[in-house]
Amino acid sequence: MSNQSVLVIGGGIAGIQASIDLANMGFQVYLVERTPSIGGRMAQLDKTFPTNDCSMCILAPKMIECAGHEKVHLLTYSEVAEVRGEAGDFQVTVRRKPRYVDLDKCTGCGDCVEKCPRRVPSEFNLGLDRRKAIYLPFAQAVPRKVTIDAESCLYLVKGRCRVCEETCQAGAIDFEQQEELLELEVGAIVVATGFDPYDPASLTEYGYGEIENVITGLEYERLICASGPTEGHLQRPSDGKVPRVIAFIQCVGSRDVNYKPYCSSVCCMHATKEAILANEHYPDLKSFILYTDLRAVGKQFQEYIIRAREEYDVNYIRSRPGKITVDERSGNPVVWYDETVFSEAGDPVRRVTSMGVDLVVLCQALVPRGVHPEMEEKLGLELDECGFLAIPDQLVRPVDTTVAGIFACGFCQSPQDIPDSVVQASAAAARVAELLIFQE
Amino acid sequence: MRVPEVAEYARSLPNVVYVEDNLYACSEEGLSSIKEQIAKQHLNRVVVASCTPRTHEPLFKEACEEAGLNKYLFEFVNIREHCSWIHMHDSAGATEKAKELVRMGVAKACYLEPQEEFESEVFPAALVIGGGVAGMTAALSLAGQGIQVHLVEREKELGGLIRSVRTLFPAQQDTEDLLGPLVERVRSHPQITTYVGSEAETVDGFIGDFDVSIATDGQTKELKVGTVIVATGAQELKPIALYGYSRLPNVVTQLEFEEKFKEGADTPRNVVMINCVGARIPERTYCGRFCCTTAIKNAIWLKEQDPEASVHVLQRDVMAYGVDIEEFYRRAMELGVRFVRYDIENPPQIMGEERAEAVKVYHQLMGRQVVLPTDLVVLTTPLVSREDNERLSKMLKVPLGSEGFFLEAHLKLRPIEFATDGVYVCGSARYPSDIRESVSQAYAAAAKAAIPIRDGFVRAEAITAFCSERTCTACGNCVEVCPFGAIELQEGRFGETAHVNVAQCKGCGCCVAACPSGAMQQRGFDDRQLFGMISALAEEMTSGTGRQ
Repeated sequence: MSNQSVLVIGGGIAGIQASIDLANMGFQVYLVERTPSIGGRMAQLDKTFPTNDCSMCILAPKMIECAGHEKVHLLTYSEVAEVRGEAGDFQVTVRRKPRYVDLDKCTGCGDCVEKCPRRVPSEFNLGLDRRKAIYLPFAQAVPRKVTIDAESCLYLVKGRCRVCEETCQAGAIDFEQQEELLELEVGAIVVATGFDPYDPASLTEYGYGEIENVITGLEYERLICASGPTEGHLQRPSDGKVPRVIAFIQCVGSRDVNYKPYCSSVCCMHATKEAILANEHYPDLKSFILYTDLRAVGKQFQEYIIRAREEYDVNYIRSRPGKITVDERSGNPVVWYDETVFSEAGDPVRRVTSMGVDLVVLCQALVPRGVHPEMEEKLGLELDECGFLAIPDQLVRPVDTTVAGIFACGFCQSPQDIPDSVVQASAAAARVAELLIFQE
Repeated sequence: MRVPEVAEYARSLPNVVYVEDNLYACSEEGLSSIKEQIAKQHLNRVVVASCTPRTHEPLFKEACEEAGLNKYLFEFVNIREHCSWIHMHDSAGATEKAKELVRMGVAKACYLEPQEEFESEVFPAALVIGGGVAGMTAALSLAGQGIQVHLVEREKELGGLIRSVRTLFPAQQDTEDLLGPLVERVRSHPQITTYVGSEAETVDGFIGDFDVSIATDGQTKELKVGTVIVATGAQELKPIALYGYSRLPNVVTQLEFEEKFKEGADTPRNVVMINCVGARIPERTYCGRFCCTTAIKNAIWLKEQDPEASVHVLQRDVMAYGVDIEEFYRRAMELGVRFVRYDIENPPQIMGEERAEAVKVYHQLMGRQVVLPTDLVVLTTPLVSREDNERLSKMLKVPLGSEGFFLEAHLKLRPIEFATDGVYVCGSARYPSDIRESVSQAYAAAAKAAIPIRDGFVRAEAITAFCSERTCTACGNCVEVCPFGAIELQEGRFGETAHVNVAQCKGCGCCVAACPSGAMQQRGFDDRQLFGMISALAEEMTSGTGRQ
């Protein structure tokens, strides 16, 4: 008899959907998430294209459904340390990092967070604001339990403070907590580890990290989000002013053999959405999207672009900017790019030109997070040249990896948007069911 | 909108004993607070005024149930869409309207009654309509999960659209290499019954209990299934009257091009492909998603047959999304395929009367018109929806969206489900999808269609209609209007009266509206509840304190 439990690695939308489907099929699911809360990248987005649905509003019910399912065992702040075995019979070691908080006792009231004296940059808000050393990553976090970040907690680093312990009425703080190793036995594994945004600092021509008003797409999402660090007021970093003109630069680090050769698939659309949202917030705001090819291939995407152009003052320029400089008088970024203009005789001339804007948003490449190196070495789980989980037979088994019994869904196996990730998550659940069902 | 003011107002309403204002009512904290207060305050009704019931109502109902309160004693007031969104620039007006809606919600809640949900069995078999790659994959996955499958294909052979395709992206693998084994697996699977040259003529019923009749050569077979997957695909647009298509012999579509060379004819020296033919235009706004991939694939194939061949692809944007298609695109360029961007305002022109001799196109980079001599013009057209979708949509009671493709329950998070329970969609019937995508969707649909069958039963929401036999005059209006055939006239204690089959009733309320005697009522929307809401609204209006 093979094991009727399944390990899902990654608690973003793909991992959540796979877990819900598997649990509804009757399998015991262990969902391992490396951060303190499930939700993944989708939780960081403001709205979603092309419906402009509030991302958190449609995600939160799924998070709660997943965590509340009697068949789903949530292992947050945990990582897969080791996997052995084969399809139908894997042994998995999961490392549970100490949170220094007793999950059974913590009520998520937040009193400790208020009293904690130590502030550090918030990962969830990409460093745009600060959180405490004891924290809830975001308001809708699941589970709603605080976590002490061992690297910044005054007591754990310097041996003094313990204010949280004094404050907590539930007695949930536990500084004695140790790392735990959990041994699980599962019949199948679903990998849904998603992506990281590529750090555009290596493209020095764009000045990210040097020029204040050059930010990334994901940072922009947090800035325009009502629950973000500026409560949705689009304030640019240098002076907190609302920009009047924004330039979005596409393919930053993607479609470039010097960086990432592939197309990240979602950037044309998220830039369009971000430009629409800016204009929705501030009707006088104008956007320019500088793109290579306008890849709007999904359902209702072209129509979304038409609306952006016609109703939201979004202007598309086909060009790949060469550099960004700073206008010394205004401090504004200046985007240099080439474009075609027409001479008096009507002949087109390609020329280099520039545009001063208030804010530049770099739509950077998205990079697969891959898997624990040990899964690659010991199990022979292969990645492709770009770091995506290799899928040997894409046309017949598009979610099967190189190892029988291990399936991959979402961005970790190919660049894709939310609906495609959700589809693959359900597809992975079907493949697991096919594998395990006759071995009951 | 000023939420604290709405909350304060709610406190003043009759029968309200507890009010809280929570920024994220749907978070774990918000839900546990609801549960806590049900116990603490002995609440017997709960009203939440927040966002949309479509995504959030089940969550709050669940919380009530967990706290021991029947979930039908919960009422939802949507002040996000109905107030803060639609009156975004009128905070005072939105606040007043929210108060009114809350007042109405509370008035209705007073009359809510606990309900029992009806449980019905799920017949352990599934119907898959369409025997293309998506349909076959869905059938195999369901059968692989131990479920009996009926697979219906209209053509005499399984395979669908890709039967006309010569080779497949990304490995230029022969289509037959994919199709042959797939058809064989379907044909030999003991759990799959295949009906070729057949059509699903009628599908009646509801999740768990669909009655299906399949017509083959004038003969009809009746069967029962629990769930249904739509995998009917789409068809290539034939661009009549565009670029001389159907008039000039050497102007063909991509699919015709593939069919032409399937038999191994000599390839032409000069080929011009024109992309976005009949797509991304005002009359047909959508992008065909994988047509660029098809053009790239065929361009590469031509160069592989004859490296000296001149192959131009005239394009508006090359939709080479992801890893492999981008790599494919790069390879085409390395092989010498020329990609020339054209502008929709200034489309390419076909030169030649009897046949296409050359294509004239404005070359944006070179800044002038170029003339490309050609032996063959290949038009890249998108898939369009099948005419039959209309009939299927009515039969299955699932909607079609723009351009006649099937409309999913939610574009973002429920892409392969329909709002109608028990019916799912995959492949290009929903939107043009390449093989990988169609197959992923097929597996996903199989997962969804298997779940109710594995459970063995489904629960129907208790918003069904019921008839007061005492008042019913057996006029039969309700029987006429019921779109689900859920009502029958039956002989009973009070003579002949209407009788609702709870399993079939979907809670649409048509019968209630049609009933002249008030005998027909709907759970959760009965007269007392609705008149309660109206009175609550009218009361304050007439007393002059509310908004006029």
